[in-house]
Amino acid sequence: MKALALKGVAAVTALSFVAASALADENANLVVNGEIDMTIRAPAPDHMENMSEVMSGWLFRSSETQALQLDDFENPGMIWVDDAREVFASESGSGGESCASCHDSPEALAGVRAVYPKWDEEHGEVQTLEMQINECVTERMGGEPWKYTGGTMVNMTALLASVSRGMAVNVAIDGPAQSTWEMGRDLYYSRTGQLELSCANCHEDNYGNMIRADHLSQGQINGFPVYRLKNAKLNAVHSRFKGCVRDTRAQTYSPGSPEFIALELYVASRGNGLSVEGPSVRN
Amino acid sequence: MAENVRPRVRVPATVAAGETITIKTLISHNMESGQRKDGDGNVIPRSIINRFTCDFNGQNVIDVTLEPAISRNPFFEFQATISESGTFQFTWYDDDGSVYEEQKEIAVE
Repeated sequence: MKALALKGVAAVTALSFVAASALADENANLVVNGEIDMTIRAPAPDHMENMSEVMSGWLFRSSETQALQLDDFENPGMIWVDDAREVFASESGSGGESCASCHDSPEALAGVRAVYPKWDEEHGEVQTLEMQINECVTERMGGEPWKYTGGTMVNMTALLASVSRGMAVNVAIDGPAQSTWEMGRDLYYSRTGQLELSCANCHEDNYGNMIRADHLSQGQINGFPVYRLKNAKLNAVHSRFKGCVRDTRAQTYSPGSPEFIALELYVASRGNGLSVEGPSVRN
Repeated sequence: MAENVRPRVRVPATVAAGETITIKTLISHNMESGQRKDGDGNVIPRSIINRFTCDFNGQNVIDVTLEPAISRNPFFEFQATISESGTFQFTWYDDDGSVYEEQKEIAVE
């Protein structure tokens, strides 16, 4: 028992040393447009046994990449937020209604992003923000569902995230959502693929270390959807999950699948306390 | 015509005479290089913004030729020294002949 505890301390020391040396500027603060003060470090939620502090992926990026997120004019993700504003106000579906018919303005939905995925009593399932949007599009507006990680959907989630920026992520993991959350936790710690890697192998055991030419982050999803410099567009969280699982050389789950919904809830809960940052800018 | 093209410009509203200001412009545009192929192996035709100009009260500030290697949503940041109130005229020229324009007033105080 004593040996175990000692080993734990050594591991923590090594990790914090590595993490600190990897950051562009350890004391950097993220203030967007000079007014939205983001929480980029927070005490780890109680359910996380192996970590003491959660950190935004913004901290792991170079100072040039970090700067792109400081100003909405320079954040390329905001281009699609503007596109979504038009969709929000335009009528579609059989009822001739728009998002604005019920919700007035996107700003009226401030805070929504922070609590999703969330248990839906009516459908008896945990719903992601994408599922909630599609529920509105199909059941209330009488339209065709949007593709889960398609442009229209990603843009709309970016708009909803943008109006919640600065608010703390606060997803519920108890009550009816608990079994889904536990499924997500099991997936997070399960090794997959030919490389036999779990999410935790990289994002818990090795954050701050290099993975090829890149710094591993903690894999927080508070900044999604993310504008990635590598593909110059907004990326949905399930697309990112898919990319990660593919990189372990496994058959991936599909975006919108029960597995990814559970994983999203679990990973979101690991960022409880961090600010909603989407659309953020990353590599 | 290229889709979802939206120019945007940031210019300070007021400036002291003789002061140098920073201007930022961004236009959302796909900037299809003409070097990619679609799923059937056919070349996707080039469709880019090929020229960007900025004029102030009729005097040219910057005139840029853009090439296919420039990435999506081209962003320009440049400076101008302002001695009189006036109007900035920004113009983007598309391969397909479209011209996108934006104007910004600036006042010397």
